[in-house]
Amino acid sequence: MRDLTSRALDTATALGATYADVRVVRRLEESINVKSGRVEGVAGGESEGFGVRVVVDGAWGFAASHRLSTAEADRIAAEAVRIAKASATAIREPVVLADRPAAYGRFETEVAEDPFAVPMDQKIGDLLAADRAMNAVAGIAWTESLYAAQREWKTFAATDGSYTEQVITHLGAGLEANAVDGDEHQRRSYPDNGGSWASAGYEFVRGLDLLGNAERTASEAVELLSAPPLPAGTRTIILHPSQLYMQVHESCGHPTELDRALGSEASYAGTSFLTPDMLGSFRYGSDLCDIVADATVPGGLGTFGWDDEGVAAQQVPLIKEGMFVGYLSSRETAPRIGRTSGGAMRADGWNRIPLIRMTNVNLLPKPGMTFDQIVADTDDGLLFETNRSWSIDDRRLNFQFSTEMCREIKGGKPGKLFRNGTYTGITYELWRSMDAIGDASSWQMWSTPNCGKGEPGQAGHVGHGVSGARFRNVRVGVVA
Amino acid sequence: MSALHDATGERGMGGDPESALRLAEDVIEKAQAAGAGEAEALVVAGTSALTRFANSQIHQNVASTEVFVNLRFVVGRRVAVASSGRADADGIRALVDRAATIAANVEELEDWAGLPDADAASPVPGAWSDATADASPELRAEGARAVIAAADAAGVTAFGSYSTDAESVAVASSKGIRAAERRTSAQLLTVTMGPDNGTGYAEQVAVDASAIDADAIGREAAERARASANPTDIEPGDYPVVLHSYAVVDLVDMLGYLGFSALAVQEDRSFWEAGRQVASPLITLVDDGRESGLPAAFDAEGVPKQRLRLLDRGACADLAYDSQTAARAGRRSTGHGLPAPNTFGPFPINMSMAAGDTSFDDLVAGLDRGLLVTRFHYTNPVHQKRAIITGMTRDGTFLVEGGEIVRPVRNLRFTMSYLDALANVQAVGADRRCVRGFLGASVVPSLRLSSFSFTGATAAG
Repeated sequence: MRDLTSRALDTATALGATYADVRVVRRLEESINVKSGRVEGVAGGESEGFGVRVVVDGAWGFAASHRLSTAEADRIAAEAVRIAKASATAIREPVVLADRPAAYGRFETEVAEDPFAVPMDQKIGDLLAADRAMNAVAGIAWTESLYAAQREWKTFAATDGSYTEQVITHLGAGLEANAVDGDEHQRRSYPDNGGSWASAGYEFVRGLDLLGNAERTASEAVELLSAPPLPAGTRTIILHPSQLYMQVHESCGHPTELDRALGSEASYAGTSFLTPDMLGSFRYGSDLCDIVADATVPGGLGTFGWDDEGVAAQQVPLIKEGMFVGYLSSRETAPRIGRTSGGAMRADGWNRIPLIRMTNVNLLPKPGMTFDQIVADTDDGLLFETNRSWSIDDRRLNFQFSTEMCREIKGGKPGKLFRNGTYTGITYELWRSMDAIGDASSWQMWSTPNCGKGEPGQAGHVGHGVSGARFRNVRVGVVA
Repeated sequence: MSALHDATGERGMGGDPESALRLAEDVIEKAQAAGAGEAEALVVAGTSALTRFANSQIHQNVASTEVFVNLRFVVGRRVAVASSGRADADGIRALVDRAATIAANVEELEDWAGLPDADAASPVPGAWSDATADASPELRAEGARAVIAAADAAGVTAFGSYSTDAESVAVASSKGIRAAERRTSAQLLTVTMGPDNGTGYAEQVAVDASAIDADAIGREAAERARASANPTDIEPGDYPVVLHSYAVVDLVDMLGYLGFSALAVQEDRSFWEAGRQVASPLITLVDDGRESGLPAAFDAEGVPKQRLRLLDRGACADLAYDSQTAARAGRRSTGHGLPAPNTFGPFPINMSMAAGDTSFDDLVAGLDRGLLVTRFHYTNPVHQKRAIITGMTRDGTFLVEGGEIVRPVRNLRFTMSYLDALANVQAVGADRRCVRGFLGASVVPSLRLSSFSFTGATAAG
C-alpha cells in the first residue's frame, strides 16, 4: 500500500502541491432484507479505490479512482493538481490548515463476534424468525426486517509523513410492522425506524433480541390504527431516547458544523443560526443541557482513531450548561475561529472528500432522575417515542417531528395512545424549556446511518448518546 | 488482464458502452459457469466531476473514475445479489464467488417469476453529449466564475455547484437481454445571499453542458436575492400561492415515491386507485424515459422504458412496474426497475407535467392576496397514504397583493397534502423547466393554487 500512497504524494508534490493526502479504502458490505416472512434480498458488496486531495496555489483539488496501481496514482495525482489549479482561478482566501501532530498508528473497532464470519444461514434465520413472529399478529398488513454490516479498511497518508491504518466495522438490524385500514397506515419499528446501528460485532444484533420484541412491535402497530389522532395544543412533552437522539441530530449536531456556519454548505443543506460571534455568549438551552461531540465513546457510529485528515479522535464540548461553546471542525475551518481542529472530517468512501460530519454528538445524562421517574413526575404531558419523520429549515431553527407512538401521561402514569403525533418549535426555545433529563441508567448510544450532506452527496454514519428528557410548552398536533 | 475491458483513456468505459456490455456478458458467463441457472449483470462505469463554490470562491473541486457491477445470481428460486466496485479479474472472480455463496444459503422465493425476458430497447437520441463528457475543470471553473461575477454585480454572494457526469450503462442477462448506452448530465445551481437576509436560487439541468447558461443562472439567482432582501414576518395560515417550477418538482417527486410505484399499491400504502380523481383536471403527468428529463432507453433490469400516463387530467392512470411487481400483477414490466436488491420498488424518474397556457407573470397577476414560493426545503412525509408533507420554503418567498409582489416574507413551514395541493391548481404555467429530483430530473411548469397550508413561521434569530 505504501507504494501507491507514496507515489501519489510524490507526484502531487512534484507537480506543485504544497499539501497532499491520500486515502485508500476497501469496503465490504452485506445486507439481508426480509419482507412479510420471506427473504426478499440478500446482497454482498465490495468496493475499493483511492482519493488524492491536494492544495495548489492556495486552492483545493481532489481526484479518485477505483484502479489501484502506481500508474493510476500518477494520473490521479496529476488530475487533482490540475483541478486545484482550476480552483485557484476563483479563490479569494487561500487555504490555511491548522497544525496537528503527524498521525501514526492503527485503530480497529472492537468486535467480539465478527459479523462477516457468522454463517449467512444463521443471520437469515435470526431475521426470519422475528419477521414471522410479527406476521403472526392479526391485523398486520406487511412486515419488513433488515440486517446490514459494513467493514472498511482505510489507509491514510499525508505529505507531513502521517500514516494511519484503520479497520472500522458497523452493523445494524431492526424490525418494522405495518397495519393499514383505508387511508390510515401505521408503522411500528423496533428498536428504531431503519434499525439500530453500532460499531460492534454480531453480539450487538444478538443483544437487540429481535425475536423477543417482535410480537409487541406488531401489536402496537395494530393498536395505533384505532387510536385517535393527537389534538392540537401546547403541552409538556417527554422525548423518549428513540426520538430525543433525532432532536439532537437535527437541532444541535447540524447547526454546530463549522463549515455550515461559514457557508460551505449553503447551496445544498443550508447554513446555521449558530454563527461564530455567538460562541460563549448564546444561551442555546437550559442549564441542564450539556452536549459533547465524542469520537472516542465505544460503540458509536462516529467512533474512530483518526478523522480523514489525520486528526486524532477527541471530545469537543458543543453546549456547556446551556451555553453554546464549540463547533465540529476541521483543519481548514478551525483557524478561522482561532482554534485547532476538533477532528470531525469524515468521507463516505474513497471517492469522496472528507467533510465536517458529526462524530457522536451526545446529550449527557444528569444524576437525579431516571427516565421512569421523569414520567412519574409529570402530571399532564405527552410521551413521544420512535422517530417517524423529520424536517427542519436551512438554518436549523424551525423543526417539526412526528413519532410512531405518542402516549398521554396523566398523574405520572402512561395512558391514552394517539396516532400521528407531531410536535414543532424553534430550536433554542425547545432546549431552553428542558427541565428534566434522565440519568445514566437510560443513557445509550443511538445512531443515524444515513445522514446526507455535501455535493456530490455523501451518507454519513453518526452516533448520539441520550437518556430522555422533558420539555415545557411545546406546540403539538400540527396534523390531526 | 482479463477481459475486463477496463478501457484506458480520458473517459474510460464512461464513453464506451460496448466495453461495459462486454464486461456484463463476461460476468454472466462466469456466473453460469459457477452454477447460476439465471444470471443478470448491470454495469455502470464512468466519470463524475463537480466544482463547488461558496462565499463567491471555489472551495471544493472533485472528480472520480468509478465502475459498479451488480450481479443477480439465480439458482432455481434462490436469488442472490452481489455488487463490486472492481472491474479487474480478481474482483470479478470474488463477485461471482460471493453471489454463489449467498445463493447457496438463501431461501427460495415462492413467487419468483424469473429474470425479465429480452425485449430490445431502441437507442434514445439525446442521452449523450461530447461536450459534457469532455468537460474540463477549467470549463466548470469558468461557469462558477460567471455566476460569481453576476452575484458581484448585484452586490450579493454566490454559493453553488457545477457538475458534469458521463457514464456507460449496460445490462446483460441469461434471458438474452443485451442493452447498452452512454449517458451524460450537467447541472449548475446557485444559492445567492445578500447582506440584508435576501436569498435567491436558480438551477439548470441538461444532457449537454454547452447548453448551460451560467451568466443567466447567476443573474436569475442574484435578482431573486436582491428582491427578497429584508424579509418580514407573515402569519401562517392558508394562502393562495404560486409555486415556481423549483417547488413543483418536489410535488411530483414525492407523489412518484409515495404513490405511483406498483409496490406501494401492492402493499396498500399508496393513494393510487385506477381512475381516482386526485388532482385538478388541469394536471396531466407523464413519465417518459425516452424524451423527458435526463433520457434513458432502459432500466436497471435492461427493460425498455415505457411512457406512462401517471395522472390523466387529474385522474390516476398508469403505474410504474419492475419485473417483480409486474409478475405479481400478471403483466410486463414498464421499465422502471432500480438496481437489485430493491425493496424500495419501481420508481418514475423521468416525469413531465403538461404545460398550460399562462405566463409566469400572469400566474402571479392572478393572486389577489397570496404568496409566491420559489422552492421547498427538507420535505418529509407526515402521512404517507394521504401524501401529507411538511417542509419549509426557501430562497425567495414573497407576498403578492392585487397581482403585484409587495414584499419578501420570512420562510414558512407548511404541512399539506400534495394531493390536495394538486387538486387546488387553478392555472398552469406555459413555461417549463427541467429540475433535478431525488433520482432523476423532471420537467415541470409553475402552478397557481387556490390554497396552500402554512403551519409555522421562522424565528428571526
